[in-house]
Amino acid sequence: MTSPKIEMTDVAKSFGGTAVLDGVNLSVEPGESLAIIGQSGSGKSVTLKCILGLVRPDRGSITVDGEEAVGLKGRAQEAMRAKFGMLFQGSALFDSMPIWRNVTFGLTQGRHVDAARMRAVAQENLERVGLDAHILNLRPSELSGGMQKRVALARAIAPRPEIIFFDEPTTGLDPIRADVINNLIVSLVDDLGVTALTITHDMASARKIAHRVAMLYKGRIIWRGPRDRLYDSGNPYVDQFVQGLADGPIQ
Amino acid sequence: MSAPSPAISLLSPFAAIGRATLAALAAIGRVAAFALHTVRRAVTPPYYPGRFLEQLGYIGWLSLPVVGLTAIFTGAALAQQIYTAGSRFSAQSTVPAVVVIGMVRELGPVLVGLMVAGRISSAMAAELGTMRVTEQLDALTTLRTDSYRYLIAPRLFAALIALPLLVLVANAIGLFGGWLLATTRLGFNSASYLDVTRRFLSVDDFQMALVKAGVFGFFIALMGCYHGFTTQGGAAGVGNATRNAVVSAFVLILASNFLITATAFGR
Repeated sequence: MTSPKIEMTDVAKSFGGTAVLDGVNLSVEPGESLAIIGQSGSGKSVTLKCILGLVRPDRGSITVDGEEAVGLKGRAQEAMRAKFGMLFQGSALFDSMPIWRNVTFGLTQGRHVDAARMRAVAQENLERVGLDAHILNLRPSELSGGMQKRVALARAIAPRPEIIFFDEPTTGLDPIRADVINNLIVSLVDDLGVTALTITHDMASARKIAHRVAMLYKGRIIWRGPRDRLYDSGNPYVDQFVQGLADGPIQ
Repeated sequence: MSAPSPAISLLSPFAAIGRATLAALAAIGRVAAFALHTVRRAVTPPYYPGRFLEQLGYIGWLSLPVVGLTAIFTGAALAQQIYTAGSRFSAQSTVPAVVVIGMVRELGPVLVGLMVAGRISSAMAAELGTMRVTEQLDALTTLRTDSYRYLIAPRLFAALIALPLLVLVANAIGLFGGWLLATTRLGFNSASYLDVTRRFLSVDDFQMALVKAGVFGFFIALMGCYHGFTTQGGAAGVGNATRNAVVSAFVLILASNFLITATAFGR
C-alpha cells in the first residue's frame, strides 16, 4: 500500500484568537486530484499555505511523502518546496518582468541564466497551456485575466513539480475561459501525472477537475467523497453549499 | 458597570505612556530583527549582483536630477541669505566660508537624504507592499527564492553605496550654486571666492558628510523595505505602508543627523 502524498493530521491554526483551522484531517494520494470546497473564510487558503510552509500551524502534523513538513527550515524546506507548484488566485505574476522570465522563474530563481535557453523553455511551457510565443516579451499587465491565469499555470508547471496547488483557478473568469482552465488542469494532471489539490467555490470546476472532493466548514473537514457524490452527499451542509441555498444549516 | 477607582484614574496616563513605550520598543525590535535577518541572508549565497546594480542605478543615477536641482538652489539661496544677514554687520565676506561649511556638513547630506527618502522609501514601500497584497511575495517563496536575498538586500546595500555618492555630487553642485550667485549677483571675485572655499573645505567635514549619507541611505532603504514587506490589507494597507515609510525615514534621518553632529562637535 502506498503512503499518502500529503497527509494532514489534526492541523490547527488561529489568527488573533480566531480559529481558522480547528483540527483538519486530510490525505491526498499520489496522482490524485482533490478539491476542497467551502465558504470564503473557511480556511481553504490557510490549508494550502500551511502545507507549503508559508504559515506555521499551531498544532498538528503535515507529512509530504511520509516526511514531516512542519518546522522544516533551510535546505530541507527548500527541497520540500521543490516538490510543489502553485497557481495563485490572482495569478501573482511578477509585474516587473516579461512573461518569459515569469515562466522560467522557478528554474532560475531570478538569476540571469542562458536567456536563449530559458526563452525556449518558456515557449514550450506556454504552448502546453495554449499560448504562443508572441507574448514572451509582454508584461503581465498587457494580458487579459484568463491569459494571466494560463501564464501562471505555465510558471507553476515549468519546474515539473510532483504536486500542484490551485487556489481558486476559475475565479474572475467567464464560464468559457473557466472551462479552458479546467481542461488544462485535467490534462496537466493526466499528462504529467501530478498530484493536485484545488480549492474552489466553483462546483462545475470541482466536479470537472477533481477525483475526490472535501468540504471545509468552520476549520474542519466535514465531508469527503468522490466527485460523483457531490450532489448526493447526504450531508445537509454540503447540500446547501453545492446548491447555493440561503436557507440551511450554514448561516 | 462601576466607575474606575480614583487610584486607577490617576494612573491611567502613566499606563498609556507605558503602553506607548512598549509598543515603540517592540517596533524598534521588529525593525532591528528585520535588518539583522536581511544582513545574515545577504552574506550567504545565492547572490544577486544584477539586482544590486539595477537598484544602484535606480537609487543613485535616477536621483541625480532631483538631487542636483535641490543642491544648486539651496547653495544659491544659502549664499544670498548669508550675504543679506552678513551685510547688517559688514560680514558679507563670510559667504564662501558659510556656504562651504553649511553645504558640506549639514545641508548636503540632510537635503539629499530627505529628497531621496521621498523618492525611494515611498517607491520601495509601494512596490513591496503591492507584491505582498497580490501574493507575489508568497509566489517568490513557492518558487524557492528568498525574498530577503532577492528583494531586500540589494535595495539596502545599493542605498548604502548610492547615498554617499549622491552627497558628493550634491555638495559639489551646491558649492557651485553658491559661487554662481555670489559672482554674478553679489559682486564677489571668482578667484578669491574659490580661494576661501578651498581654505574652509576640510577632509573631516567630507568624512562626516559621507558617514551621515551612509547612515541615511541605510535608514531610507530599511524603512521602505520594512514597511512594504510587512504590509497588511489591500490598497489602503499599501497607502499606509508608503506613508509610514516616508515619515519614519524622515524622522530617522533628522534624528540621526543630530546625533552624528552632536557626537562630532558636542562637548
